Parts: sequence; structure tokens; C-alpha cells
Amino acid sequence: MKISEIVNRLNLKVVAGADGLGAEVTGGYVSDLLSDVIGHAAEGNIWITLQTHQNIVAVASLKELSAIIVVKGSSPAADTIRKSNEENIPLLSTGLDTFRIAGELYNLLLK
Amino acid sequence: MQYRYKIAGGDFSNAGAVASSVKKTLRQLNIDHRLSKRIVIALYEGEVNVVAHAYSGIIDIDIDHERIKIRITDKGPGIVDIAKAMEEGYSTASTQVREMGFGAGMGLSNMKKNSDSMQITSEPGIGTVVELTTYLNGNEG
Repeated sequence: MKISEIVNRLNLKVVAGADGLGAEVTGGYVSDLLSDVIGHAAEGNIWITLQTHQNIVAVASLKELSAIIVVKGSSPAADTIRKSNEENIPLLSTGLDTFRIAGELYNLLLK
Repeated sequence: MQYRYKIAGGDFSNAGAVASSVKKTLRQLNIDHRLSKRIVIALYEGEVNVVAHAYSGIIDIDIDHERIKIRITDKGPGIVDIAKAMEEGYSTASTQVREMGFGAGMGLSNMKKNSDSMQITSEPGIGTVVELTTYLNGNEG
């Protein structure tokens, strides 16, 4: 499934990195610890996190993740938005908390 | 081929820039993708350690046809108990660093898991040297 379809189905807001919306999603990963994501997320995963600082884009880019979803309606920092546009890694936002958005993504991708 | 990068302690805005640059180099050299991912993970963690803990650091990369050597030399507080620092979950990172999602105590173990050999020498109050070697033919890993 493409990121763009997930955006539509889960009613996500595209904060930045819209050029990357055509990427295919291989699954999801949930963590707020950057070393955990660096060590264990897989290429093409969508990453759900409450972190909003610019290092999340560096991590996503190094791991070739397909997109980042920030939870609970938080607004990513300006630097994060800039990096997301530079790296073409979509930065998506949801009003839901981690548990609910992860559940919805799971139903969409794996059920 | 040899490359040298300088890192400023505390500069989180550029954390990962060296790993990103080396990743591009490895791609240009047609290094196996799976191997390249391991190298980049180990390097990223080493780079973040300098940013999070040290005052300044230098990363030297030396690549030949059979292996890549990464040497990370920093000026900083050093590591008093290296065995303890290697334990997953142990960290001396500040609260501020932890709130950013760093300092989970996984950095050194991620580096060890993602390299073929790792050597740490450290002098408290002076700094730390971490050397990582990964073989490029994929047999030694």
C-alpha cells in the first residue's frame, strides 16, 4: 500500500515531505527511542512516534523508512519540516494517540 | 580511501550527517546493501555518542577492498566503566538528551551488534576512542 492511500484511509495530515507520498509501505514500527528505531525498524516501515525534533528525519532517512507519523496532534518543529521536505520523507500527523493510530495502521496493513 | 569528519559536541542539529554522507559513499562503492546498513547503524550510534557526551570529536573512515575501519576519537568526559557502559539500558545521558529519545543505553550495544569487531579505549577526563571494523566480503560477519 502506498503512503498516499494510508493518508486518506487514516485521515492523516501531511505536514511536509509530500513528494514522498508515492512510496510503498512495508509495515509499521512504533518507538520513541531513536536507538531502537535505528537498530530495529525495517526499510519501508512507517514510524509512529511522539518525538517531533529534526533528528527523527535523519533517523528515518538513514533507515529508509517510508514516512513518520507524529501523534496526538503535535506540531513538528520548523527544522523537522525543512528536513522532511529536503529528504522527501513524508511527515504525517494524527490527532490520535500512539495506541489508536498503531491499531488502525495494523488493521489496514496486516489484517 | 580515507575520509575525516569533525563533530561538535552538543550539536544535535547535525547528528547523523556523517552517517548520511558515508552511506552515500558506500552506495557509490556498490557495497552490499545489507552490509552497508549495518555499517551506517554503527556509525550513526558512534556519531550520536560524540554529540550527546563529548565536547568534540573526529571520525576517521578508512575503506579498502576487504574492510571498512571507523575510528571515532573524542575529547570528553571519557567512560569510567566500559563494561557497565556496554550493558543495554545503562546510560549517563542527561535528562534533556533522554527526552529527545536518545540516551536509551542501546548505542554501544547497537555498535557492537552491527560491526565485526569493536574496541573501546577511554581515559576519564580526557576522552574516548572507539574503533569499529567490518569486513566487506561478508564472510567474517
